[in-house]
Amino acid sequence: MDRAARATPPPVAKQIKGLSDRAIAWIFVAPTIIILLAINIFPLIWTIYLSFTNYAVNRPNRDVSFVGLRNYERILSDEGTWATMQATAHFLIWTIVIQVLIGFTLAYLINKKFRGNDLWTTIIVFPMMLSPAVVGNFWTFLYQPQIGLFNYVVSFFTGADPSSFSMIASVDLAPWAIIIVDTWMWTPFVMLICLAGLRSIPDSIYEAAECDRASKWRQFWTITIPMILPFLMLAVLFRGIENFKMFDLVVQLTGGGPGNTTTLTSIDLKREAFEKWRTGFSSAYAVILFVTVFGLASIYVKALNKVKAR
Amino acid sequence: MSFSVTEPSRRQKWIAGSLVVGYALITLIPLLWIIATGFKSSADSIAYPPKVVFQPTVEGYVNLFTTQTRMGEDLRAEPREDLPWYEQLVREKGNTIVGASRYSERFFNSVIIGFGSTFFAILLGTMAAYAFSRFRVPLKDDLLFFILSTRMMPPIAVAVPIFLMFRNLGLSDTHAGMILLYTAINLSLSVWLINGFIDEIPVEYEEAALIDGYTRFQAFYKVVLPQATTGIASTAIFCLIFAWNEYALAVLLTSGTAQTAPPFIPTIIGVGGQDWPAVAAGATIFLVPVMVFTILLRKHLLRGITFGAVRK
Repeated sequence: MDRAARATPPPVAKQIKGLSDRAIAWIFVAPTIIILLAINIFPLIWTIYLSFTNYAVNRPNRDVSFVGLRNYERILSDEGTWATMQATAHFLIWTIVIQVLIGFTLAYLINKKFRGNDLWTTIIVFPMMLSPAVVGNFWTFLYQPQIGLFNYVVSFFTGADPSSFSMIASVDLAPWAIIIVDTWMWTPFVMLICLAGLRSIPDSIYEAAECDRASKWRQFWTITIPMILPFLMLAVLFRGIENFKMFDLVVQLTGGGPGNTTTLTSIDLKREAFEKWRTGFSSAYAVILFVTVFGLASIYVKALNKVKAR
Repeated sequence: MSFSVTEPSRRQKWIAGSLVVGYALITLIPLLWIIATGFKSSADSIAYPPKVVFQPTVEGYVNLFTTQTRMGEDLRAEPREDLPWYEQLVREKGNTIVGASRYSERFFNSVIIGFGSTFFAILLGTMAAYAFSRFRVPLKDDLLFFILSTRMMPPIAVAVPIFLMFRNLGLSDTHAGMILLYTAINLSLSVWLINGFIDEIPVEYEEAALIDGYTRFQAFYKVVLPQATTGIASTAIFCLIFAWNEYALAVLLTSGTAQTAPPFIPTIIGVGGQDWPAVAAGATIFLVPVMVFTILLRKHLLRGITFGAVRK
């Protein structure tokens, strides 16, 4: 029996005055649904429609004609798009791997319950809550050759000349420049989720393992890791979706450059839509991106549920 | 202390503690650097090696709030004791203040749009969440998933049709348009989070109220709402922070009247070259409120960032 039915046993429901529960339910839900339909679903349908046309926002007087699947064909056969996808994949994979490793380690250490761990956890979380555009913009200052703090610190430890390398102007270093800042910002996210996972493991399991004389190492691999896996997977899901959409931080840091080395899909899409004004083409691009995120996310959620059910 | 096999030893705690504190201090450096740069003179800000100890000045803040121009030689020679301190400070550099900068306008736009969209997202979100939590809504799970899925879309992907729609409705670059847009984006978060908080309030309280002769509405705002206050408040802070930090849609859909601070701060340029102390001052004023909110939120952080998927 579901909760709604229990909330109003039939005799009470008849006594109460005013609107029926059904009416209230609709009045309460309707505004949300209407707003989401207007601001999310309607634009999405419009995007799908535009993706089959040659419409261009900056040429409103041109006759709009249907071009069928030509926009989609052009995107999928375009080498630039694949280069963008590769840059995105590089960014996604490395940020997730590094953040999971550091985030889990931090959570594991915090879970040792040293004094003041709450305070330090809150401090570590700060970067995650801040505006990526504003912070990203400031990181370009830290990354400046010669005067930047980052270059100074690197040269202090390695002895390299601080003006000999530029994190955001070098083709080899720029992809790592954005990974470093993203890691700085979002490792706390993975850490918080892992910490919740570690705290959810009951002490009694470890006590039982201790009685069975299982080594600490064995306890880690047979208790900690399997029990924290669903949490780790959830963290990866969130980071994956967020970084697939990544725009603000990278636009401010590198603007997609040098060349196209850090042009992630959202940045490429923005150029097509708002700089080249190829509206039909960019709409098809948006549809492909949305289908990709949605498809990958649903497959992943299925896998996550399987792990949880185990 | 009682002995327990799961309690880490003192040595372990000490090692873990110092590693975590070390990491925390390293992540704090860029933030402290922003705050410090805001109080540096422009010469100190680009000094090599980077200056940790410096003579603090509010030059950056004065530059942030004013627009300036170079003074002619004749004007510079003439000493003026009657001018206010900030004008004196600017004159030392050979500049003069010609007016207020756009920063305070942009900051207030952020405040209006942030609070406005948070208000509507929470109002509508609470109503919808209550209905989802307590009534039999047809296709409930599908609707909830639909609400969540709107958050997966890259903002740029919907920006084109929203841009066209706003232009046709006269909402481009208006506060109302941005409030509507951020309300829609934040609704997914507020419905999911508040739904979770209301689910945790026992239904028995309302049943008792209904038996006492309350109507459904009365039971909702006299019994359920007071119990959900902390949850709703922390959800509100999350919505506010999102709207406060949002950049992609703001930069595409606003340019003048309704522009918020995030697209504006990176465009701050002083007289002759990028004025990093002014940028840092603008960033400091913009970021510090969020840090304060983070401290207030710490108990509900996890829940907020995972859409209620993980509850401590």
